Amino acid sequence: MFNNLTDKFETIFKKLKGQGKLTEKNIQDSLREVRRALLEADVNFKIVKNFVEEIAKRAVGTQVMKSITPGNQVVKIVHEQLINLMGNENFEVKLHDNRLNTIMLVGLQGSGKTTTCAKLVNHFRKKTISPAMVACDIYRPAAVHQLEILGSQLNIPVISDIHSKNVIKIVKKALKETERSSANFLVFDTAGRLHIDKKLMEELRDLKKLLKPDYIFFVADAMTGQDAVNVAKEFNDQIEFDGVILTKMDSDARGGAALSIKAVTNKPVVFIGTGEKISDLEEFHPDRMANRILGMGDILTLIEKAEASFDVQEAEKLASKLKKNKFTFTDFLKQLQQIQKMGPIDQLVGLMPGIGGKALKGLKIDEKEIKHIEAIIYSMTVKERENPLVINGSRRYRIAAGSGTSIQEVNKLLKQFDQMKKMMRNINNPKFLKGKMLPF
Amino acid sequence: MDLNHVIFILAGIIVIAFIIGIIIRVKKRSSELEKTLKNEISEKEPVSLKIKLAKTKNSFIGRIADLVSQREKLDEELLEDLEEILIQADLGVKTTLDIIKKLSEKIRNERISNSSEIKQILENIVRELLLKDYSLDSDFFHLQNKKPFVILFAGVNGVGKTTTIGKLAKRFKDKGKSVLLIAADTFRAAAIEQLSIWADRAKVSIIKPQPGADPASVVYDGLISAINKKIDVVLIDTAGRQHTKINLMNELSKMSRTIKKVVPDGPQETLLVVDATTGQNAISQAEMFNEAINLTGLVLAKLDGTAKGGIVIGIKHQLNIPVKLIGVGESLDDLRDFDVEEFVKAIFE
Repeated sequence: MFNNLTDKFETIFKKLKGQGKLTEKNIQDSLREVRRALLEADVNFKIVKNFVEEIAKRAVGTQVMKSITPGNQVVKIVHEQLINLMGNENFEVKLHDNRLNTIMLVGLQGSGKTTTCAKLVNHFRKKTISPAMVACDIYRPAAVHQLEILGSQLNIPVISDIHSKNVIKIVKKALKETERSSANFLVFDTAGRLHIDKKLMEELRDLKKLLKPDYIFFVADAMTGQDAVNVAKEFNDQIEFDGVILTKMDSDARGGAALSIKAVTNKPVVFIGTGEKISDLEEFHPDRMANRILGMGDILTLIEKAEASFDVQEAEKLASKLKKNKFTFTDFLKQLQQIQKMGPIDQLVGLMPGIGGKALKGLKIDEKEIKHIEAIIYSMTVKERENPLVINGSRRYRIAAGSGTSIQEVNKLLKQFDQMKKMMRNINNPKFLKGKMLPF
Repeated sequence: MDLNHVIFILAGIIVIAFIIGIIIRVKKRSSELEKTLKNEISEKEPVSLKIKLAKTKNSFIGRIADLVSQREKLDEELLEDLEEILIQADLGVKTTLDIIKKLSEKIRNERISNSSEIKQILENIVRELLLKDYSLDSDFFHLQNKKPFVILFAGVNGVGKTTTIGKLAKRFKDKGKSVLLIAADTFRAAAIEQLSIWADRAKVSIIKPQPGADPASVVYDGLISAINKKIDVVLIDTAGRQHTKINLMNELSKMSRTIKKVVPDGPQETLLVVDATTGQNAISQAEMFNEAINLTGLVLAKLDGTAKGGIVIGIKHQLNIPVKLIGVGESLDDLRDFDVEEFVKAIFE
């Protein structure tokens, strides 16, 4: 996500860092770069204008003069301003135990409402009782069927009426059906529509009046350009939504729409869609996103992902092994598999501070390479995994043949593993932790 | 957070770093890294170019300011307005600055001072840009005699590929051609059914595979059947995919190679469908899809909203891929030829 913007800022601030003092002139240069970076990230030009003016106001003057490193000062200002722009608090969806909770999704065609509907209901299924989805898209061919397929994949019921040409009736049917059941959570998928389509916007207003949903989320494509403000404003004016779900964040889109929509509607981004899998829905954290924009990495998301997919007991075992410096290939194999569970490697790498931006640009990480590593380890005996030192020439030959790789690759892995163990020894050193402590 | 936990997380990170280390080493000798390096080098160029352009623009505005003091009616504000119009239409910073630069040269060379004339010149520049290497008499619906004429559609998720194919099928059908649709989007839920509804509406035939089938083999079977039935036009729907996902892009180029096996000079058209609301990311999309399947043109979908779709000007300018069709609505007849005049007018509306 935002990687490109991060790169831009990195170059800009590198230039700034070289300067001893911040003058009005050199700040003008970097402001022009900030402006362009934001425009290229599809932030609306009016919002960019205000943003840059605000930065200029704050940067020039005493604040900067007091600072020891002016470059860092500007980074801080831009960072704070980005958080301000994207909303500085996290939005929380509050669910009621004793009554029906409803969420309605609205947006343009192709923004990803139907997929998001399934992701959302899946996200809340543990916190709710027999949740269901309601298919209100009676216009797009096979839209209802699409939701039904997603529902059957998730084993979550879908309330629909293929023969009905009246959305209001479908909603009434859904409410009636859930009245008698124990269900307390419904997500309504509506048809994609243009914000200037009067008839369909009126339909949404009628829906809202009837349903009185707890939350209306505006689903927007992260790749949206300058028009994002017009669309979001119109939807918000007509049926006032509560928050935004930004989809397709797994692309290389810079996602300036996130900033634009918040600025023009004052409604926060609540979730982001990060892939085609049902589980690819994450909460949106403006502070983390601002960190990413500025190349500070997103260590919090990484930890959250780790916590979600790692086994606590395994983790503790590993930690104690690390402390005793007894990390073996068996542990490494386990780690590899766990990390793959966390998501695509390149996404994880993007979250890591320091190496997110330039170092890996253009380098595509092929998951197949990891399979090779796994194959090599699988071809080792238990003894070899526990104690790699016993791996001599003929064992190497056997391992290479067994894994379908070359001796060179086996050698490389052994060497890297050794280096990694050395690095891990450093982790045990308390000084290392203090020095490189994560920026919480 | 206890210490065990932190150590554990760090170990995870180290493992990732370790994997990356290996991968980088493995790839060191391969051409891919060379390519990366080349990219890095060439990426440095545009930066300096951009700075240059920025200077040009600045001094241009300065020059205009001078002009204002000498002559009337032409001022900095007008140029900023023009720049904003272009940016707001999603042309992107680079294309906008290039166009403004061209405008500045024209104004200097032809000593123009009237602001209404300037707008006219700007429109002409954009028009010329869009029409470069473009023969006006080439009718998209004029087909060669060879059968079948194969059109492959691609694009990111949710841009309107399936809808576009449905509408295009209708147009070919109306011109008396026999049309076959191949539903090679076997991934997305109900995509096959969505296309078959369009096939019913347009009254054309369709190849419907099982969901999850291998798209390349679906394409193969479809084309064989098209040849046997002597079909005129074959339209192939593919799953929406992010251009950054290598495996999915490889899958797409495999489909393109499969087409060539059955129809040696196919696909005669490879069209990228672009959503008119898309911003600067569309350039990256066009670049990557072009690399994978050699695009012959663009379809600009959803132009019936308030988005101007100016990104296609950026794509034409930077990659020289022309727009061939535009989508302006959800009904069967809402697919039109790309009309440069109309499009340029709308940008400056």
